Amino acid sequence: MSANAPEKLTKKQLSADHPTWCPGCGDFAVLASFFKVLEKLQYPQEKIVTIAGIGCSSRFPYFVNSHGLHFIHGRALALATGVSLSRPDLHVFVFGGDGDGFSIGGNHLEHCARKNINLTYVIMDNYVYGLTKKQTSPTSKLGYKSKTDPTGAIDQPVNPMKKLISAGASFVARSHASQVKHMMAMYERAILHPGFSVVETLSECVVFNGGSFDDSNPRKGGVFETIDEEQHDVTDQHAAFAMAEDQYPGKFGVFYQQERPTKNALEQKWIDDSQARLGGEADPKDLLRKRFAVMK
Amino acid sequence: MTIAADEPPVQGSDHSELSTPPLQDLQNAVIRFAGNSQDGIQTIGGFLARLAGRSAREVMTYMTIPSTISGGPSIFQVHLGSGEVLSAGDDTDFLVAFYQHSYDNHLSSLRDGGICIYDTDFVEPDLSDKRYEFIGLPITSTTIEAIGGSTKSRGKNMFVLGLVTSIFQLDRDKLVGIIERQFGKKDESVLRNVMLAFDAGYAYPIGDVYKNRFSLKAGTSTGSDRVTTDGNTALTYGLLAGGVRFGAGYPITPWSPVMEVLRSELPKYGGLFLQAEDELAAVSAALGYAYAGHLAVTGSSGPGLSLKMEALSYASMAELPLVVINVQRGGPSTGLPTSVEQSDLMQAIYGSHGDAPRVVLAPQDVEDCFYIAVEACRIARKYSTQVIVLSDQALSSRIEVFDEPDWDAVVVEDEGPALEDRPDDFKPYPLDGDTRHAPPGAKMLGGKYPVVTGLEHDEWGHPSANPEMHQKMTNRRRDKLKRLMEEIPTPEVFGDAKGDVLLVGWGSTYGPLREATGLLRDQGKQVSHMQIRHLHPLPKDLGEVFDQFDHVIVAEMNDEGLYGQGQLATLLRGRYANPKIKSITKTDGLTFKIREIVAGVSEHTGNA
Repeated sequence: MSANAPEKLTKKQLSADHPTWCPGCGDFAVLASFFKVLEKLQYPQEKIVTIAGIGCSSRFPYFVNSHGLHFIHGRALALATGVSLSRPDLHVFVFGGDGDGFSIGGNHLEHCARKNINLTYVIMDNYVYGLTKKQTSPTSKLGYKSKTDPTGAIDQPVNPMKKLISAGASFVARSHASQVKHMMAMYERAILHPGFSVVETLSECVVFNGGSFDDSNPRKGGVFETIDEEQHDVTDQHAAFAMAEDQYPGKFGVFYQQERPTKNALEQKWIDDSQARLGGEADPKDLLRKRFAVMK
Repeated sequence: MTIAADEPPVQGSDHSELSTPPLQDLQNAVIRFAGNSQDGIQTIGGFLARLAGRSAREVMTYMTIPSTISGGPSIFQVHLGSGEVLSAGDDTDFLVAFYQHSYDNHLSSLRDGGICIYDTDFVEPDLSDKRYEFIGLPITSTTIEAIGGSTKSRGKNMFVLGLVTSIFQLDRDKLVGIIERQFGKKDESVLRNVMLAFDAGYAYPIGDVYKNRFSLKAGTSTGSDRVTTDGNTALTYGLLAGGVRFGAGYPITPWSPVMEVLRSELPKYGGLFLQAEDELAAVSAALGYAYAGHLAVTGSSGPGLSLKMEALSYASMAELPLVVINVQRGGPSTGLPTSVEQSDLMQAIYGSHGDAPRVVLAPQDVEDCFYIAVEACRIARKYSTQVIVLSDQALSSRIEVFDEPDWDAVVVEDEGPALEDRPDDFKPYPLDGDTRHAPPGAKMLGGKYPVVTGLEHDEWGHPSANPEMHQKMTNRRRDKLKRLMEEIPTPEVFGDAKGDVLLVGWGSTYGPLREATGLLRDQGKQVSHMQIRHLHPLPKDLGEVFDQFDHVIVAEMNDEGLYGQGQLATLLRGRYANPKIKSITKTDGLTFKIREIVAGVSEHTGNA
């Protein structure tokens, strides 16, 4: 590398605090995969933004040496919407868990998807509230015994893929924290997708939900069944929805992808059209004078 | 009721015994239009207000609207004056009643000797009531006849506007100019029908008895660059002048008009307004803009402000700048959504969890809605803090006339995110200096990138649960508002600097309090008035001002609570521990009447 060439962005530069996660937590692998994809994409370090709400996985921004924001429970997507819409120069990443995304922040997930806000959202789904020490989460399997369901969970869990597809997310994928190569491939495709891209990543909570994803982990004797895109048309919403029927262990890969205008682009078009009608960027004083003339 | 051709077209009081009544040269006229919300009575009021603005007159309007989707009783009151107009008027001089319910509910608003104009197609008045004069005419059927066809009740408002123009000898040409500008952009037939209805009202033969009785004096106010608008509009353009380019909100009465205008206006300024899925998303997205380096606004009414509170505590901890508009309305919960109250003061100052100090301002009239918005932007930027602006329902919709702002002096350019490189010793939260964030996009030359957090943190923004650090940072967040307190001017005292009574108010009660003070002073009472625009932090020298008076009486539109004082009175008592501070409160959903304030002062001072 010559002295003048920009320094290559490496995992070393991207690493910040050592994660506070428990030893064996699936989230470590998610972080490592994220670093590897960023090493490949080589975005300028100052243009990377990581945003999270509350939860174990939502500590993510502290572990990435990029601009970051650790927000309140459930509202990370809403805040990221403001960042994404007002700063098209940035690469916006949101990280969070199942409680943050499907429970307290469920409404924002719906509307971010519908509006096709340009950002990438990784849901580290462990089927349990871990930070608050083992309460039932919106994705906990029926019968799961927790401190809030001592005799086993009785509420039907959210089906993340169905929820995301029906909400109108334009890139919906599913991965598994035990499968680094698969995660990297999913994250890279999600990042390169223009619009709202989500990767639900099963990430085991070894303390409160140990063994929960063994069925889909070949190292634990399970089967990791990936989607064959020769057979599955990712643009076919009905096929994607049908495939999502099998919630667990289910398939892994890209369920659905749709190219459609982002809200970012549509808002920018409105700005451009408004300014074009005014003959280009107008002086705010002139705009105000003109408006007040009508009130005289 | 129909009128036979040979009948006189005007019914009402018998004037046969009156010889020619003298021409009344009016200083002031208070006219109340009472109808249903779909009759366009707001349009009459709006035109009259604009005409006043162009005729060097002062004006203040007052309206009530039903909280129904369509229909329901509604009033629009216009107070026109040739001198200073400070309130919408306690009693009305003229009532225009469109329906029987309008007549039944609003006749008592007329002063003795007042005139009730009513639509004979719908209203049967009690003509034996000798307190008032009655003028009856078939407003609805004449309008239908004038426009020709089956337009039902449309155009009645323009008919009445023409009638009022004729009765008060207002400047018809100027008014027609304003009407043409308003409707000229629409289909040609719209303007034609509007003018047919207007002229039918203007030419209606109500008789010389009325035609020559009233003449509204020419105005005394000077300046040609006068604008006529309502509080929400003034506030909205104040935000734009203050440099706000991004916003997010959720619809709620009476805040929605602010977000509607921002949604359309911001793209022209290169910005945008997001209609969020809920109040939580609105404040969160606005904080996203703030984090990204833009000055942003969110807003709502009381219920929505409650929903934003958690995020506002976050903003306090993270020290992100934000302007928050709260157009207050009546009562807790859905309450009285289209009525006025000032009961969100405590919520605005203390509504969040933890110690989360922030700034609270309140505009005192329509013009001040503009300037307070500009000031909110300045303070939010300078102190990297949250500023809540407390407007209210009455202020949001009432129309006043004021001088066009001096744009060169007022407008703040939006500089956008500060993306310059940050040195390796960069600290966003220095213990000995101002908060300065490094927004995303800024290179950190030291190689370490910041995480903005709601966890307690050190000077670098790094999470810290150190007890000493939490104390130091709590002090820091408090002390920056104390620095702001140093620069807040002491509010001016109207009247003498010392005396018997100092009337104190905040927000939209300015006009009625000032008018009541003037009235009491005319009666020889030693009463002065102060309106507080900066509510948190309070101006620092209030104690010395209060010491000059025997009574400090705080009037506000909220409840006296369990301990007998309104919300501002409670705060002032808490701060000054001064037993001279007393309270006048009310929560009937209506603005203060002058006589209510006068009675409250008498009660507290013991002289009737």
